[in-house]
Amino acid sequence: MSFLHDYAYYIGAFGLVLIGLLIVLTKHNLIKVIVGLSILDTGINMFLIAVGYIRNGTAPIFSRPGLEAGGMVDPVPQALVLTAIVIGVAVLALALGIAVRLHREYGTLDMRKIKELRW
Amino acid sequence: MIVVVASLVAVMLAAAIAALVFRDLLSSVIASCPVSLVASILFLFLQAPDVAMAEASIGAALITAVFVMAIRRTSRYEE
Amino acid sequence: MRTAFSIVVLAVVAVGIGAALLAVPFGSPKTQVGDYYNEHGRAQTGAANMVTSVVVGYRAFDTLGEVTVLFVAALGLGAVLSAAGGRSGRREVQPASLVLLAGSRFLFPMITLFGAYVFLHGHLTPGGGFQGGAVVASGFLLLYLGTRGRRVNRIGSTVAESLSGLAFVVIGLIGLTVGGRYFLSNFMPTGALNTLFSAGIIPLIYIAVGFKVGSELSGVIDDLVEETA
Repeated sequence: MSFLHDYAYYIGAFGLVLIGLLIVLTKHNLIKVIVGLSILDTGINMFLIAVGYIRNGTAPIFSRPGLEAGGMVDPVPQALVLTAIVIGVAVLALALGIAVRLHREYGTLDMRKIKELRW
Repeated sequence: MIVVVASLVAVMLAAAIAALVFRDLLSSVIASCPVSLVASILFLFLQAPDVAMAEASIGAALITAVFVMAIRRTSRYEE
Repeated sequence: MRTAFSIVVLAVVAVGIGAALLAVPFGSPKTQVGDYYNEHGRAQTGAANMVTSVVVGYRAFDTLGEVTVLFVAALGLGAVLSAAGGRSGRREVQPASLVLLAGSRFLFPMITLFGAYVFLHGHLTPGGGFQGGAVVASGFLLLYLGTRGRRVNRIGSTVAESLSGLAFVVIGLIGLTVGGRYFLSNFMPTGALNTLFSAGIIPLIYIAVGFKVGSELSGVIDDLVEETA
């Protein structure tokens, strides 16, 4: 039980990374693969934030005059994950645009069929 | 407290497995939306309110809308 | 063959990430950079939100790189989707059901106001340019859901996006001449803590980033929306 208490967030991040990688490796439809990429992205961000957590820490914002800097969580992983989330959405939108264009050109979104259609 | 966190992680993993298993593409995309939402709540428990706000607005709302619009322009089934 | 390869890759990734997670203890302090930023952030940048002071103060050059990546991705999406299916001029505005139409018209100014509040107060409360820009883009998405056939003015959106990206670089170049004489140095007064006009150039950069992200994401949504019939 203490193992679960310590590592609940780690199990969540690990499970998301594995499920996302499973979708990317074994599915054939292009939009399903992009959904898997999105889940993989969320898993990696969860892993980074879970690593940066300090026990009994508070959010790194000096909203009241009584807070001191000793009991605060690490702000650097949060800044990196903020960047990563926004770049993730931009890359996913571009990938979906390419998928729409592929469907217009080849008529199908199955990756096995697109690989066979040489130019 | 640990019961709440463990049940939220279980909901997140169940939604991710549902996104893996469903053959209808629209259902798969809608099943990936609770993954983002529960991840945003877990970010709040990990004392990261900026990241929670970014994940809720970008990951749960805009990504799902962009996916649904892309599915509308291509085929819905065939998986 | 393919299934064997994917099983091997999954096993390697699972062992790697599992070993890394077990070696990092959960909840113990690990680095000293975070402690330095927490202790000296208030005095050196003047912001109350430490994550904002890291993103826009100490590591502002990385934020400039991220804004560039966002811009290139939106540009690529516009280029990929534009050929053989361009816009066909101004169509008739066809409204949806009454509840959706009235609700979206009522909510759109409030959502935009809330997004502007989020990116104006990025140095005081949780929030900032990226979150506020995403909220503004969600308001535009609601507008698309409410009235079918109405499009955003693309020229205005492009001008707003380019001008705000230019403003970010110009603020950095002004820091090169006055102030600390390096790119993106702080040349405005730090001010008192927890007031709106404080924290140097951080509110100015976040206003530019908020406008840029908002107009960019609504441009992305506008590229993907298609008229059926």
